[in-house]
Amino acid sequence: MLSVDEWEIVRLSLKVSCVAVGVSLPVAFALAWLLARGRFPGKILLDGLIHLPLVLPPVVTGWLLLIAFSANGPAGRLLFDWFGITFMFRWTGAALAAAIMALPLMVQAMRLSIEAVDRRLEGAARTLGATRWRAFWTITLPLSLPGVLAGTVLGFARSIGEFGATITFVSNIPGETRTLPIAIYSALQIPGHEAEVTRLAIMSVVLSLGALILSEWLARKSAAGKGAGHVL
Amino acid sequence: MSFEIDVRKRLGDTDIAATFKADGGLTALFGPSGVGKTSILNMIAGLMRPDAGSIRVGGQSLFDDAAGVDTPPEQRRLGYVFQDARLFPHKRVRANLLYGHKLVPEADRWMSIDEAVDFLGIGHLLDRWPGTLSGGEARRVAIGRALLGGARFLLMDEPLSSLDRARREEIMIVIERIRDEMKLPILYVSHDRDEIDRLASAVVTL
Repeated sequence: MLSVDEWEIVRLSLKVSCVAVGVSLPVAFALAWLLARGRFPGKILLDGLIHLPLVLPPVVTGWLLLIAFSANGPAGRLLFDWFGITFMFRWTGAALAAAIMALPLMVQAMRLSIEAVDRRLEGAARTLGATRWRAFWTITLPLSLPGVLAGTVLGFARSIGEFGATITFVSNIPGETRTLPIAIYSALQIPGHEAEVTRLAIMSVVLSLGALILSEWLARKSAAGKGAGHVL
Repeated sequence: MSFEIDVRKRLGDTDIAATFKADGGLTALFGPSGVGKTSILNMIAGLMRPDAGSIRVGGQSLFDDAAGVDTPPEQRRLGYVFQDARLFPHKRVRANLLYGHKLVPEADRWMSIDEAVDFLGIGHLLDRWPGTLSGGEARRVAIGRALLGGARFLLMDEPLSSLDRARREEIMIVIERIRDEMKLPILYVSHDRDEIDRLASAVVTL
């Protein structure tokens, strides 16, 4: 069984991932909506920027976050002066890194599900007296919901596994930023900690596989009705 | 109730233009496919914006580009029966029927759900999902949904297409009763001469 410290690591990982996904969910949906429905100059650029963390080495993403959110960085200084928020060497920084890394996957899954909604159904709702806003809440959102849920679970799995950007941005501090992958990496550095590595690795597999199975199940459920493709 | 329609719209390489007046009864818009009959209904419904022109129904201006009028579809108080029924796939038949009914102020409702269900003979379908309905059943539910929304007039886009002979006959009787008993004005798109000869009180050829 896991030791108290190891449970603490699992708990921290879950906290970081839940906060990362919870906060990025509305942002991801808004971006997915913009990309699916919007027509504006710079759309390709926005698309590229969102997907950048997917193709950049995670260390580079972490380094960019470090520059932006350090005490003297542009975003870091603003957030501290206005709200007293700091990300440096805090679990909130780990959540920010995880959110940035998960965002492209979430946006992509949600975008596909929004694009799969038949817009003529929204038109039908409008002729029946629904405002644009009501048509969104009663037609578009429920019909895209399975894809939105699948994207959320996928983002959660990605957050649980986040390593490179996190360790670069907020380092490796026990109880604060040492999430599951970082704890496994740390344990591997010390001879004689193989059993700890094994236990933590099994927890990683359980969490990630659980999230993936849930995501695939939701994607199948959404595909069943509309003939859309799978997320994976 | 009178319709005064004068709309123009360029859609890709096609120029769509229609100018006609119509009174109550069933006015058929007749013409070959590709002439933009459905687009004209969409413009009257407010789902497609004309490039120029005006749309007046019952003396009320719904669209007038010169005067800057463009009433949003939800305020036009019409019922639209689409060619493909277009029922909401995530709502059961009952919820589909009630969708517009709930959004309309009580004073503007002129038919109850029980009356609509009796009129259309769809009582046994209320708890079904739209995906499980046959073509004729879906068409009847779509007509019920449009009627229950407090519509002042109906737009019907080839409501008999892809139905077998017996189903066509059933739906035609429903349409005749809407025309004669409910006295609801109908703009009706079709390319089928027989259908129009039987149903239409006036014909606009496009």
